[in-house]
Amino acid sequence: MNTVETKNEDSKTATETVAKTQISGSQAVLEALLAEGIETVFGYPGGAIMPIYDALYDYNDKLKHILVRHEQGGIHAAQGFARTSGKVGVVFATSGPGATNLITGLADAMIDSNPIVCITGQVFAHLLGTDAFQETDVINITTPVTKWNYQVTEASEIPEALAKAFYIARSGRPGPVLIDITKNAQVQLFDYLGYKPCSHIRSYRPKPIVRNKHIQEAADLINQAKKPLVLFGQGVILGKAEKEFKEFIEKSGIPAAWTVMGLSALETDHPQNVGMLGMHGNYAPNVLTNECDVLIAIGMRFDDRVTGRLDKYAKQAKIIHLDIDPAEIDKNVKTTVAVWGDCKETLPILTKLVDKKSHTDWLAHFRELEKEEVKEVIQEELNPSSDIMTMGEVVKVLNELTGGDAVIVTDVGQHQMVACRYAKFNQSKSNVTSGGLGTMGFGLPAAIGAWYGAPERPIVAIIGDGGFQMTLQELGTIMQFGAKVKILILNNEFLGMVRQWQQLFNDKRYSFVDITSPDFVTVAKGYHIDGQRISEREQLKDALKTMLDHPDSYLLEVMVGKENNVFPMVAQGSSVAEIRLK
Amino acid sequence: MTKQEYTLTIYTENKVGIIGRIVILFSRKKINIESISGSPSEVAGIFRFTILINESEEVVRKVCRQLEKQVDILKAYFNTNSEIVWQEQALFKVATEKVTEGADVERLARIYGARAVVIRNDYTVFETSGHTEDIDKLTEALANFGLIEFVRSGRIAIIKNSEGFHKKLKEFEREEPAPEVKENEFLDKQDKVFTM
Ligand SMILES: Cc1ncc(C[n+]2csc(CCOP(=O)(O)OP(=O)(O)O)c2C)c(N)n1
Repeated sequence: MNTVETKNEDSKTATETVAKTQISGSQAVLEALLAEGIETVFGYPGGAIMPIYDALYDYNDKLKHILVRHEQGGIHAAQGFARTSGKVGVVFATSGPGATNLITGLADAMIDSNPIVCITGQVFAHLLGTDAFQETDVINITTPVTKWNYQVTEASEIPEALAKAFYIARSGRPGPVLIDITKNAQVQLFDYLGYKPCSHIRSYRPKPIVRNKHIQEAADLINQAKKPLVLFGQGVILGKAEKEFKEFIEKSGIPAAWTVMGLSALETDHPQNVGMLGMHGNYAPNVLTNECDVLIAIGMRFDDRVTGRLDKYAKQAKIIHLDIDPAEIDKNVKTTVAVWGDCKETLPILTKLVDKKSHTDWLAHFRELEKEEVKEVIQEELNPSSDIMTMGEVVKVLNELTGGDAVIVTDVGQHQMVACRYAKFNQSKSNVTSGGLGTMGFGLPAAIGAWYGAPERPIVAIIGDGGFQMTLQELGTIMQFGAKVKILILNNEFLGMVRQWQQLFNDKRYSFVDITSPDFVTVAKGYHIDGQRISEREQLKDALKTMLDHPDSYLLEVMVGKENNVFPMVAQGSSVAEIRLK
Repeated sequence: MTKQEYTLTIYTENKVGIIGRIVILFSRKKINIESISGSPSEVAGIFRFTILINESEEVVRKVCRQLEKQVDILKAYFNTNSEIVWQEQALFKVATEKVTEGADVERLARIYGARAVVIRNDYTVFETSGHTEDIDKLTEALANFGLIEFVRSGRIAIIKNSEGFHKKLKEFEREEPAPEVKENEFLDKQDKVFTM
């Protein structure tokens, strides 16, 4: 840049050429959002993004801006929004610290494939690389945690850059995109030719083409299988292929187990739903992973929390992997047949080719092992014999009251695993959790976003006493903008999940897992949010009912057993078949 | 899995920062890049990177998939040495008095096909290109004559059986890929190429 545009110079040019539709870069940003159907933006202003906020002042009736209390809260809210709405979440942040505060959320969105567009302000283009005030090299910092990023230094680039950003964020395997816009580009006026959505980028092929030959091979394997097992992940939800998925399992009669990210893609009560995979998943699907003859993985990525020890994972089975992302095929588990493509397209073809079966005996085998898990773990967790409440019973009573219609948002830790194990889901997009990154502090802001994504649904945020203290400032966002979030704190007075590991693997050497908490109810009250704290079982049902029936947000703190553990558990370095029941 | 030299040929859009996106994928997996060079390609506006690494085929294949996943990368090919024609270039700076002292330096240059590109009173610069071993040998020999400066470029390579990128780009530019488009040729050869 040789010249430095200032707002004044630009407005001069504007008055000279009134005939052309000249708009500022900032207006172009907001026009792009409107054209993309965005109604809600989560953000936080600052020097380098002030022109966009100035333009926002005039768009107040068309674009709802939610002022969060920390940029991390902003991006987690956008993630929650994306998860319940299936749409792109949008975040504004300023340069420097505003942008770096997004990093955790970007990493989280990247690993969990959330469609997010972040717009960050940046210093004037002529100051780039000079260590200007609040300058940080956002593009390079965010490269490993974005699906794509781009720095705009000229206003005229904005419509195209944003069109690409939205297209990339939502297409193929979704992911976070960041557009960094220098301040001069925000204030600069340019001839606006309208917004053209992007539908093709020559260097980017979001969906591999469907190869019928491989689907036929997959069908042949499935038709010969005696003990097939389906593993499904978030790909089913992201592909909006819940119906196609259900038709496939119902025709093939194959038992199906979900990953943490796949939760709610099928209803909990479906007769072929055999529960959750992985470290704290259910007993039957973990054990039988190493007994099935054909493993059909659909829209999941064989995370190490799912597979346990890889060299002892499903070695006996032929593996069929359906995924939209070619880089996932053979990444962790070698496939016998790879079905590349969008499962919304591949599943119906596969369903046509598979024989109608019921696999009754094989399914019964899951139910038998489930009985064992009920006896050893679930019974005591849901109907404890001691007076001290368990996390599991709280979730059980919650299920009874919501009937499975709530969106369950969680933070990270024991309560997350318990919620994922026991929460009941009747419909898709009902589970919002930080699966791949395991980000404590995700729960509260994500729940706020989840409400904006599905305001008609009850949003219950199940959070630990540790994680809640990481982002509790977002209570201020609730107070100011009125999201209706039911905050359910399961307080075990410990960083429970780490304590569990220290108990099991470090001889109970409890090293800094003993965390004290403020009076959460009083804190909430400070934000004009009602709440109560309970520690007796007799109060539980009424308290949960009060929380759910409350017209606004509500905080319920439930004191639960301090040293309860989450079981079953596949210890690190163990095979899934070696899952421990105690 | 045995490691060997693989030459990656990566076609990309010519974008600021693309090299960062590329190298991050290697450093993240702790793969050492032996050499890297970038230049325009046979197709106007498309950039071509040549990267040399020493890895197993399985790792190379996974890296290539991660590369192709990047929005601004069009295609990543990987080849063993027998599948490519490759060269490196080297420059040597030797004191001119050593060159004129006897016939040894000139003889060496002739043997290795090096030519003088600059001759000054104080120094002479020789240039040569070839395979690493040839350049190594010349470097070693010239060291006896007081090599003042030495530099060698990264490998550049032509893929023997490649038809170039023009046709592929045409396919990519089409909004709807034609049914015969192969987005990754390895998929159809799965049995032959996948080993574990
Ligand atoms: C940002 C972040 N820091 C640290 C961790 C490691 N970690 C995982 S679970 C956990 C304990 C969580 O405690 P709490 O929020 O009280 O939930 P609980 O496990 O007791 O249900 C910790 C510290 C993490 N996942 N995220």
